[in-house]
Amino acid sequence: MAAQANTVGTKKGFLHWARSRRGQQTIIIIAFMIIPLALLFTFTYLPFGEMVGFSFYKMKYVGKRTFVGWKNYASVFSRKDCFGALKLSLYYMGGSVVQLVLALYLATILSFKVKGGNIFKGFMFFPYLINGIAIGFIFKFFYTRGFVFDTVLQWCGFQLDNLPYWLKDQSINNISLVGTSVWRYFGQNMVLFIGAIMSVDSELYEAAMLDGANRFEQFRYIILPSIKTIVTLNVILSITGSLSAFEPPYVITSGANGTGTYFVVMNEIAHTQQKVGLASAMAVVLLLIIFAATILQKLFFKYAFRNAEDEDFGAAKKREKQLAKYAARKAGR
Amino acid sequence: MTALQKFGHYLVIFVKYVSLVFFSFVAVLPVVSCVITSFKTDTEYQNTNVMTPPESWLNFDNFLQAFDRANMGRAFFNSLVILVCVLTASVLVGTSLAYVLNRFKFPGNGLIRNLFLFATLLPGIAMQIAVYGIMDALNFINSLPGYIIMMCGTDVIAIYIYIQFFENISVSLDESAIIDGASYFTIYYKILLPLLRPAIVTACILKGVGTYNEYYCANLYLQNKKLLPTVATCLYTFVGPLGSKYNLICAGVIISLLPALIVFILFQKQIYSGMTAGSVKG
Repeated sequence: MAAQANTVGTKKGFLHWARSRRGQQTIIIIAFMIIPLALLFTFTYLPFGEMVGFSFYKMKYVGKRTFVGWKNYASVFSRKDCFGALKLSLYYMGGSVVQLVLALYLATILSFKVKGGNIFKGFMFFPYLINGIAIGFIFKFFYTRGFVFDTVLQWCGFQLDNLPYWLKDQSINNISLVGTSVWRYFGQNMVLFIGAIMSVDSELYEAAMLDGANRFEQFRYIILPSIKTIVTLNVILSITGSLSAFEPPYVITSGANGTGTYFVVMNEIAHTQQKVGLASAMAVVLLLIIFAATILQKLFFKYAFRNAEDEDFGAAKKREKQLAKYAARKAGR
Repeated sequence: MTALQKFGHYLVIFVKYVSLVFFSFVAVLPVVSCVITSFKTDTEYQNTNVMTPPESWLNFDNFLQAFDRANMGRAFFNSLVILVCVLTASVLVGTSLAYVLNRFKFPGNGLIRNLFLFATLLPGIAMQIAVYGIMDALNFINSLPGYIIMMCGTDVIAIYIYIQFFENISVSLDESAIIDGASYFTIYYKILLPLLRPAIVTACILKGVGTYNEYYCANLYLQNKKLLPTVATCLYTFVGPLGSKYNLICAGVIISLLPALIVFILFQKQIYSGMTAGSVKG
C-alpha cells in the first residue's frame, strides 16, 4: 500500500514537473538532441575511439586480432610507401597557393562592374558541382596522349613529340593532378571571396575614389583588410587539405606511377590489403599532424594579426573622419 | 584625362576581360571536349581529332547506350530516394538541433557545439576505416536505409547556417507565443520552421549537391552494383573493358552531371549565398 502511494506520488510529481516550463524545456532539449547526438556518436566519435584502439593491433575486419603495441606506428614511419607519401602534399600546397591567388584576383575583377560577370562567374564555379568519378573520367580523357590538352597545346604551337605523358611521366604527373584540383576549386574560392568583398560598405570605395586611390590601392587598403579573415581561414584549410589530399589521384590514376598520396596509400592498405591496424595507425598519425598544424596556425594568426587589427581599427577611424570631412565640405558648398 | 591615363584605363579593361575569358575557357574546356566526344560515332571517334566537332549534334546513340549499360535508370531512382530521405531527415534533425542550441541555455550547450565543430577536423576518408566495422556490425552494408542513415550524420555547415538564421529571429516572437500558451514544439514547428525557409533552401542545395555527388562511401557500402548503384557510382561500369571507349564514357559523364547543371542554373543565387554563409564560421 505504502509503496503504491509512493509511486503515485512520484508519478504526480513527474507529471507536474513535465507540465512546468522548466520540465517542458528539459524534455524538448533532450528530445531534439538525442538523434543528432546519437548520429554524431555512432559515425564520428565511436569510430574515432575504435580507430585509435585498432592501431595497436594486427588485424583484419574479420577474424583474430593480435596486440602488437607500437609496432604499427613504427612501420608507418619506416615503410617507404607510407610516410614518404606525405612529401606529395607539398605539390598540393603549392597548388592551393596558386588557387587562392587566382581566386582572389578573379574575385576582385568580378566584384566591380563587369559585362557578363555572372556568366563568367557561373562558368568558373560550375566545376565545383561535378562529382568526383566524373572528374576522374573527364581528366583521364583530357590528359590522354594526343587528346584534349595536347591538341590545345598544339594549337599554341607546341610539337606533340616534345610534350610529356601527363599522367605517366613521374616528373610532371603530380603537377597534372594538382592542376585538376585547382581547376575544380578555384571558382568556389572565388565565389567565397566575392561574397566577402561584397560585404564591404560601398561608401568606402566611393570615398577612396574621391581621394584619388587607384585600383591597386583600393585592393590593398580596402579589399584586402576586409577579407583578411576569410583568406586566413582558407589558407588554414588549404594546408590541412593538402595533407589529406585524396581525390585527384584516387579517381584519375588510382595512385599509380608515384602519385599515391598518404590517404590513397592508406585507403589501399585498409580496404584492399585489409591491414586495418596499420591503416588506423596511419590515420591517427595524420590526425595528430593535422591537429598540431591547426593549433599552430591558429596561434600564429592570432599573434600575427593582433597588431594588424589595431592598425585596421585606426585606418577605419581615419576613413570615417575623411568621409565626414567630405560630407561637411559638400554641405558647405 | 591625358592620353597616358586613357591608355592605362583601356589597358586595365583589356587585361580584365582577357583574364576572365581565358579562365572561363580553362574552366569549361574539359567539359566541352567531353560534350563534343559524346556525340561521335565509334568510327568518327577513332578517326578524328578529339576537338573536331561531331558530324551530327543529334547523334544520341551514345547517351542511350551509356544509360543502358551503366544501369542509369536504376541509379537515378536510387539517388532520388537517397536525396529525398537524406534531405528531409537532415532538415528536421539540423533545424531542431539548431533551435535547441540557439534558444536554450543549458549546461553542455557550448560543449556540444564544440563536439560538432571538432568533428569537422576529422577527415572522412580516414574515419571510414573504423566506420566500416560499425556499418558491418549494424548490418548496414548493402542496405539503402543504412547508407541513408549514415549520410544524415550531422552536417555542421547546415547547423551553423540555421543557428545564424535563428540569431536574427527575435526571441520576443517565442515569448509572445508562450504567453498565448504554445508549447516549445509548437513554437519550433509552427512559427520558426516556416520562417527558416530561406536558410533551409540554401542548406538543402548544398547538402543535396554533396549527397548526389558522394561516391566514396556509396562505393564502399553499396557494393551490390546491380541493385544499388547511385548516379555517381554507376560510372564505375566504364572502368575496365569499356575503358577506352571515350565516346560512350563521355556520354555517361554528361548524363550524370546534367541534374547538377540544371539545379545550378535554377538556384545560382542560393548556391552562391550558401557557399558564403557556410564559410563564415565553418
